[in-house]
Amino acid sequence: MNYHINHLKELEAESIYVMREVAAQFENPVLMFSGGKDSILMVHLAYKAFYPARIPFTLLHIDTGHNFPETIQYRDELVARMNAKLIVGSVQESIDSGKAREEKGFNASRNGLQTAVLLDELEKGKFDAALGGARRDEEKARAKERFFSHRDEFGQWDPKNQRPELWNIFNSKHFMGEHFRVFPISNWTELDVWQYLAMEEVPLPSLYFAHERSVFERDGVLLADSEFIPKKPEEKVFMETVRCRTIGDVTCTGVWKSDAKDIEAIIEEIATTRMTERGGRTDDKRSETSMEDRKKKGYF
Amino acid sequence: MADYKSSELLRFTTAGSVDDGKSTLIGRLLYDSKSIYQDQYDQIKKTSERMGEAEINLALLTDGLKSEREQGITIDVAYRYFSTPKRKFIIADTPGHTQYTRNMVTGASTANVALILIDARQGVVEQTKRHAIIASLLQIPHLVCCINKMDLVDFSQEQYNKIQEEFEAFAAKLDVKDVHFIPISALLGDNVVNRSKNTPWYEGPTLIYYLENVHIASDHNFIDVRFPVQYVVRPYSDEFHDYRGYAGRVAGGVLKKGDKVMLLPSGFTTTISQIDGADGEQEEAFPPQSVTLQLAEDFDLSRGDMIVRENNKPEVTQDIDLMICWFSSDHQLNENSKYTIMHTSQEARCVVKKIRYRLDINSLHRDEENIKVGMNDIARIQIRTTKPLFADPYRTNRITGSVILIDEGTNNTVAAGMII
Repeated sequence: MNYHINHLKELEAESIYVMREVAAQFENPVLMFSGGKDSILMVHLAYKAFYPARIPFTLLHIDTGHNFPETIQYRDELVARMNAKLIVGSVQESIDSGKAREEKGFNASRNGLQTAVLLDELEKGKFDAALGGARRDEEKARAKERFFSHRDEFGQWDPKNQRPELWNIFNSKHFMGEHFRVFPISNWTELDVWQYLAMEEVPLPSLYFAHERSVFERDGVLLADSEFIPKKPEEKVFMETVRCRTIGDVTCTGVWKSDAKDIEAIIEEIATTRMTERGGRTDDKRSETSMEDRKKKGYF
Repeated sequence: MADYKSSELLRFTTAGSVDDGKSTLIGRLLYDSKSIYQDQYDQIKKTSERMGEAEINLALLTDGLKSEREQGITIDVAYRYFSTPKRKFIIADTPGHTQYTRNMVTGASTANVALILIDARQGVVEQTKRHAIIASLLQIPHLVCCINKMDLVDFSQEQYNKIQEEFEAFAAKLDVKDVHFIPISALLGDNVVNRSKNTPWYEGPTLIYYLENVHIASDHNFIDVRFPVQYVVRPYSDEFHDYRGYAGRVAGGVLKKGDKVMLLPSGFTTTISQIDGADGEQEEAFPPQSVTLQLAEDFDLSRGDMIVRENNKPEVTQDIDLMICWFSSDHQLNENSKYTIMHTSQEARCVVKKIRYRLDINSLHRDEENIKVGMNDIARIQIRTTKPLFADPYRTNRITGSVILIDEGTNNTVAAGMII
């Protein structure tokens, strides 16, 4: 008897199981799509989970307006290929209408404003579950996150009041107005994601691969030169061969010096690197508990 | 780099308190397997300095939340990840005090292996017994006793043997199949990742070697076919007009194309006409795969139903005996209380008919007099459900043998139950 599956196939089976639970237990689930590799993985898994039927989740992109142009192009192609429904929540609109106020200063970011727009969209669409591509290995506040994470009527996460999760049984019971965040790829690590995307030959945005870009350095992190980030006088722009390890809003996504031009080279790079992928995220560097604080307010 | 395409996944749980050196052990495993990144290391170094500690506190790697650090405790199950060329590991790291039994139970529910830490100076203490009882109740297939702080007893073989005998005498009363002992020093690294020169009398594997090689392929049940229908896939498209697939995760046994199967609760029989897996059509399906089955004939089959074999069925019953761990601090478990029960993909209501006894998890004493069941208590109860469940004993299948109870007033999960 040889009924073995490797760790990637086991993670895949687990994530598909969780997605099917969401489709079965919730009335109106939405899949949060950022354009990053984790949400690309999520869409890929959802496609497999319900094949040959369409993905039973609407995709929701919270658009800060400060994107890498490559992200939007990739998103639109993916949505067309999946024949999926996409909703875009716009931070720009929210600022224009006076609902949100833009941060000022050199490190201004729209990252925090995303939360308000996200909660708004969830309420507007009456979504009772929002699937996200967060992983427990990313950040220590996420190490204790559940697959099914309960949020109160304000969208807040209470780390002390989460339901125990046993075996593969997920309790989705909730009152009107409350919702769940669901994280089907909780148990994947950054390396697992890359190994799996390589194994499955999933097409990825060009940003993840080494390319020439004009960049500048701030607090030890390389940032892409962009009209959305005001530079200090001493910050000089130069050309460098870089790639993104995570893709978020331009203003807070660091780029890395790298020669990794294909996915196997990326896997090799990650397996030997000494920095976590969020080490380049300036939004996490604001304080030691910035992720925990943001999660409590309803961040992804 | 080793071939990641052949690497297996192993889940283990660690139970113990800070005093046992549990956090240090996890820190050591992460550190020696090079799973700690420079920025994580820098961050805990900074925190250690701020807290005025002389050395870098590896335990900080596993203490997640601000609210916990302020109180100096761990309030929840934290998951950690590391891998070696042979295996990927998921650690469910749980605090060990009595009041956290529920966390231990949660962490244990999915584990292949339980690590129990024993302080070499103290030997088997109450907490050790509690961890072993929980590992046995939750049927964790493999148990490893890490006899830690060997450096503080001069790596004494005598002391090691004494503790091993003590534990074995106690474990004889439990339902544990596979127990291993390893003398370690988490602080210095002896026998964790690197073989110790201080224990020439020990001929067994290092902890990491054990974790990389323990046989886990048989931890699933490959005998009794159990396929709980999770979701019905209906494309409603022109191309797949008549497609009706039953999606689910194989909970037991091996299903093959062409197999004759029985549907529960209807009792109808039919054959499997196609198995669609994550990579297209496949000939057979086994745990823990997620697949979609197509059947030769159309039946009204939906979520909560189960596909089994005619001559190998679970018990179809409304009267069920459970061992439960009670999770709620708001109220106690009472006879005649009603709860929602979830079992595989089924959901029903149930009433607690009888509390048979409360298990003292330090002494294994069955208390039939004082049956007040509060937070973190373990008890044996009898329930009746509103509709039949397709139940297996937890001993034969951890998936079809487990349930949770949900309080209908708060929606909280108030108990984990194992079918007897």
